[in-house]
Amino acid sequence: MRALGDFDLAEEVVQDSLVAALEKWPEQGIPDKPGAWLMTTARRRAIDILRRDKRYREKLALLERSDMRSDLAEADDRLRLIFTCCHPALSQEAQVALTLRAVAGFTTAEIGSAFLVAESTVAQRIVRAKRKIVDANIPYRVPEGAELADRLEGVLSVLYLMFNEGYLSRGGQAAMRRDLADDALWLTGLVDRLMPDQPEVVGLQALMILNLARSAARFDEAGEMVLLPDQDRSLWDDVAIADGIALLDRAGAMHAPGPYQLQAAIAALHSEARAWADTDWHQIVVLYDALLGYVDSPIVRLNRALALGQFVGPEVALGEVNDLALALSGYHLFHAARAELLDQLGEPVLAREARRRALDLCHNPAERSLLERKLRG
Amino acid sequence: MKYVLLFVGSTDDQDAFDNLPKEQLAAAYARVGKWFEEHSKAGRIVGGAELQGPNTATTVRIKNGKAMVTDGPYIEAKEVVGGFAIVEVKDLDEALAMAKGWPAGAVEVRPVVDHSND
Repeated sequence: MRALGDFDLAEEVVQDSLVAALEKWPEQGIPDKPGAWLMTTARRRAIDILRRDKRYREKLALLERSDMRSDLAEADDRLRLIFTCCHPALSQEAQVALTLRAVAGFTTAEIGSAFLVAESTVAQRIVRAKRKIVDANIPYRVPEGAELADRLEGVLSVLYLMFNEGYLSRGGQAAMRRDLADDALWLTGLVDRLMPDQPEVVGLQALMILNLARSAARFDEAGEMVLLPDQDRSLWDDVAIADGIALLDRAGAMHAPGPYQLQAAIAALHSEARAWADTDWHQIVVLYDALLGYVDSPIVRLNRALALGQFVGPEVALGEVNDLALALSGYHLFHAARAELLDQLGEPVLAREARRRALDLCHNPAERSLLERKLRG
Repeated sequence: MKYVLLFVGSTDDQDAFDNLPKEQLAAAYARVGKWFEEHSKAGRIVGGAELQGPNTATTVRIKNGKAMVTDGPYIEAKEVVGGFAIVEVKDLDEALAMAKGWPAGAVEVRPVVDHSND
């Protein structure tokens, strides 16, 4: 990357190196140090093809890890690539597309289907972004000093957006889509391996793992969405939960809290509760309060109000939720939350009205189906 | 690489600026002066100017092969360019770092076309 100094060229070289790898490895076996010539993009393409060969995948991951320590220059190149793809001078849509293309090895068609936009739109976004990188001379560098925190935040928000797009759309109809959530987790793990001293990177990783740990319980056999209170907790992945909590501990030991660590801590509290009723709501509210110190968003306030409602009752919660109407009237979960609270308060007519509003604003098929079922009673 | 830093603001910003009390206006100019001085000393500034308000603008358009002179800026908008600096820096990040230090509002950073290899 540094040596080539041209985005397109570097990307092509990486991909060519992979084609070579794919041709040679089956004959000659995996070389001792494949990472030096097989950069991230290449590796992702390999995984794409070898996706179903779990043993191979594990081996590749292991090799990459051991190689990572021995080849700092290469690690540097990967980081430069990630920071360039997530440069704030590019639109966030372009950042996401470029990262998926250049770092995770997605095809433009895969990106298109992941975000439900035409392949030609994605291709155009990528071409424009690359042109801007060249024309405006966006540097290939890992920012330093005070700038790093800012830029890293940008990288993490791209990864989190990617994760959510994959995670929220999981379910029956989305089964054919390449799994963005897994790829986002993989990318976050990569950034963590490249910059192991960043607590927020670890925190985001923990958050993703803890959310994924509940995957099996999020949809029933008919492919219908099941919300947290109704999930069969025996289906949760205990190993993944332990992994997530271990990551959170590692992040905590760095003594620099941040929004992703706090969200992961909230997810961990949910994961640790054997039943919905056993959830430590006090602690969750405390964590939401801390989170508000970093991101004072109406959505965080909504979630805090709902957690608070668990121990002070639905009436107080509804009051707090209603206060957010101005900011959240276009957000389906605001109305869905109101509907739940109104049901609890014995206001079925108002609850129904709120649920209808939620349905009008909701585009996710799984969430729509859940709202429709509730409307049918 | 050369970039132009366009110093932009809304017409309201401009009005507020024009109506600042004398000392505050002087202080604002001093901050801007300091910014220019600092970056000039570091060899990053190639040129630049403060522009008079959009009310002083005149636009020449070619219509049907004929030059038409009209009153006002080319882009009728609530945003105005108040001035610009031409800077010579390594890359976009360096230009952005300069823009972040600009003490008087928003900055649009545009790379300059390099015709040296044409």
